[in-house]
Amino acid sequence: MSKYQRVAYYPGCALEGTGHAYNQSTKVLGSALGLKLDEVKNWNCCGAMEVKNIDPKVQTYLSSRVMSIAANEMGASVVMAPCNGCYHNLKKAEHDLAHDAGSREVVERISKKAGHATYQAGQVETIHALDWIKDGVGEDELKRRVKNSLKGLKVANYYGCMYTRPRHIFPEKDQGPGSESTSKPHFMDDLLAAAGAENVDFPLKTACCGGAHTLSDSDTSTKLVLNILRAAEAAGADVIATECPTCHSGLEMHQVRAEKVLGQKTRVKMLYFTQLLGIALGLSPRKLGVHENVSDGMEVMKKFA
Amino acid sequence: MRQDLLAQAEAVLEEWVRARGEAPTAEASEGFRLLALHRQGARGVPSFNACRETCREIAYHYNLLNEKHDARTELMMKMLVQHLELFVRGKLEVAGLGDFCCASRPLRKESENA
Repeated sequence: MSKYQRVAYYPGCALEGTGHAYNQSTKVLGSALGLKLDEVKNWNCCGAMEVKNIDPKVQTYLSSRVMSIAANEMGASVVMAPCNGCYHNLKKAEHDLAHDAGSREVVERISKKAGHATYQAGQVETIHALDWIKDGVGEDELKRRVKNSLKGLKVANYYGCMYTRPRHIFPEKDQGPGSESTSKPHFMDDLLAAAGAENVDFPLKTACCGGAHTLSDSDTSTKLVLNILRAAEAAGADVIATECPTCHSGLEMHQVRAEKVLGQKTRVKMLYFTQLLGIALGLSPRKLGVHENVSDGMEVMKKFA
Repeated sequence: MRQDLLAQAEAVLEEWVRARGEAPTAEASEGFRLLALHRQGARGVPSFNACRETCREIAYHYNLLNEKHDARTELMMKMLVQHLELFVRGKLEVAGLGDFCCASRPLRKESENA
């Protein structure tokens, strides 16, 4: 039995807001695949970009608290974070605590003050939802369970930036066959191929979308996203599969904005990979929250559901 | 065409390097001046690694077009160069672009100085 069969689940703030459909589809998909999620009790923000940019050590503390609760209060050995931002920040905290004495000192001081056990590097393994499905179920088992093959659906897989960067905080990646690649990630491609989808060759799968500047410099973000959407269409994609709520809403919102502000319309639809896999397993699009997406994927997915 | 696109991508990175007060390198990395320019441009600016894969994809598409010319590959290379241009232009205007994903430098620097 895989150690990923039962994991501590850290949804993070976005999955309770704009990424609600991702939260819902992750839970429904996990349940259909027989995977168990124990939500981290009383979890807090991972520190995201706001805290990280002001005081990176406080961000390390915030992420360490989540891992401390999972390890010391829930007895978990694996924390699964479906959001790239949360995943990245927990990995970064893990790296900092293993390599930086200053971070350890700050985390210990604040943890004592807050009255919880100090997280020690290595107590838990942080994984992404892609690792969870890939290692917890695997492509062969996934293929066996497919009821509605996604055959004929052309998918561009967009991983965004934080799933693979910076490389040094992901020591398990780039370890040869079977491991994830930081320069050409493929776990989402592998899973969707197992569900019958046709992955198109998409060279902008980790390209910058200007996400962090979506409010302060919207035009830059809109142009970067528009180029990503156009490249996906030029590659022949019907949909862009996403695995991060920030990427997903960024692509959706700037698709709308590109049409409004720049007069540039694109037709490609955005769906979470958990929604696509769920449809392949025979789950209803509504149950997977497809109707909640801004980019209306119902029409494209109708023939598969 | 592929030479023109590669030259265009190099020109974008040259502009970034010059804006940082340095002379653009004439050297090549893995056979591409573009990759050497990227390495030079990212020195001390980890967030510039946000366009590392874009540069590598441009080099890859350049090689693909050497093997066989096809319109789709050429279009992809064009879009990659355009993405690099948009990113660097955005970064020249807003230095923090790419900071979200790629920068963990401040923490380590701070600790080294302590």
